[in-house]
Amino acid sequence: MIRVYEKRFDGRKFDELRPVKMKVDVVPSADGSAVVEIGNTKVIASVFGPKPLHPKHLQNPEKGILRCYYDMMSFSVPERKRPGPTRRSIEISMVMKNALASTLLLEEFPKAVVDVFVEVYEANAGTRCASITAASLALADAGVPMRDLVSAVAVGKVGGMIVLDLTKEEEDHPEGATDIPIAMVGRSGKITALQLDGAITKEELKKALELGKKGCSILYEMQRKALKAKYGVR
Amino acid sequence: MIYVKPKQIVIPGEVLGEGMDIIPGEGTIREGRKIIATVVGLADISGRVLKIIPLEGPYNPKPGHVVIGEVVDIGFSGWIVNIGGPYMANLPVGEAVKEYVDLLKTDLSRYYDLGDKIVAKVISVTRSKNVQLSMKGPGLRKLEGGHIIKITSYKVPRVIGKGGSMIKLIKEMTNTAIIVGQNGWIWIKGSRRKDELKAIRAIYTIEKESHTSGLTDKIKRMLGDKSV
Repeated sequence: MIRVYEKRFDGRKFDELRPVKMKVDVVPSADGSAVVEIGNTKVIASVFGPKPLHPKHLQNPEKGILRCYYDMMSFSVPERKRPGPTRRSIEISMVMKNALASTLLLEEFPKAVVDVFVEVYEANAGTRCASITAASLALADAGVPMRDLVSAVAVGKVGGMIVLDLTKEEEDHPEGATDIPIAMVGRSGKITALQLDGAITKEELKKALELGKKGCSILYEMQRKALKAKYGVR
Repeated sequence: MIYVKPKQIVIPGEVLGEGMDIIPGEGTIREGRKIIATVVGLADISGRVLKIIPLEGPYNPKPGHVVIGEVVDIGFSGWIVNIGGPYMANLPVGEAVKEYVDLLKTDLSRYYDLGDKIVAKVISVTRSKNVQLSMKGPGLRKLEGGHIIKITSYKVPRVIGKGGSMIKLIKEMTNTAIIVGQNGWIWIKGSRRKDELKAIRAIYTIEKESHTSGLTDKIKRMLGDKSV
């Protein structure tokens, strides 16, 4: 028997995001930085560059390159995470890079590199989405030219219901959960990252994508506000 | 059709205007009929050209810029100079030293050594961003003593002010010598540490509040002018 997930564990509506906080310019030594908190998922992104790239054989004479580094701090999860890169964090770094690179105008900086470092200091599901959102903000704060900001959110199926912005508790639902992180370019609505973990039907996936896009546009508006807030606009 | 007001703060992805009669300038791109902002900055409209004055971003060297740099490497026939931003600059011997130099016999560090701060002029920037410097010209020299602070290169015009009014004000009121490089590196030297700190604080205030108006009066007050 399939039990229907009627009420969310934290009492949110099915199409509601967790409380979101965003702030730019939080790391003084970085060229650009941002902190994004989505519920209990909290990340800091810092951007260094564009700067000279060494060793020389990594340089691209046509355009600059983007390097992303995703890391979870050892105290970010209930059980201590061993510090350092893991198979998972290397994959997420790549996903982030692919989600962001297409929006950046890196051809203005041949032979240079832009480094993005994201540290997750509290994890409660959706860290890769929060990381992409924060990284995009930090890149804009650093003055790296870009076509548009990228925002990301996870959607999924929990106990037969399509829900927005899953928590860790929902991901571990006894009836099984499907987790779909989506990254979207703000204005055009183009999707730059889409992953799927679990099982879902075609119809449900379409519904989930619509919901995800809605969530991303809410986050996009918040990103814009956070960037303008640095200069005291509203 | 232009959607933004002059001096309005815009952010990447913002639609600034629509129509083929508007020309996208610096910091903007055309996407279909729309003009899109690519950096955080202040919108600027001059005739049909729509551009953005960035508030943040890396230094983009252009020929003619007078910059302040630090010697980071000595090669066989010249120096590598860090001028901030994504690219290192090249200073060849011929552009730096007036007399004839026998490269095989001379140690170039007797002219400029590692860590030396210099004022130099950008003479060329190639498409692949090879930046070449020159020391030929008035005021281009090695800097002795003093302090160097770094600000965003796009805020240099505000630090200098209209016709050099702002920098003149700071120099006079703090009794310091100041050289502002186009790359956002600023050299400050005063006879007393107190004066230097006062000037540094004033410059950082300008950097932080460059997008607001009434800056000159604010700096005057800050430096202790009672008349405003």
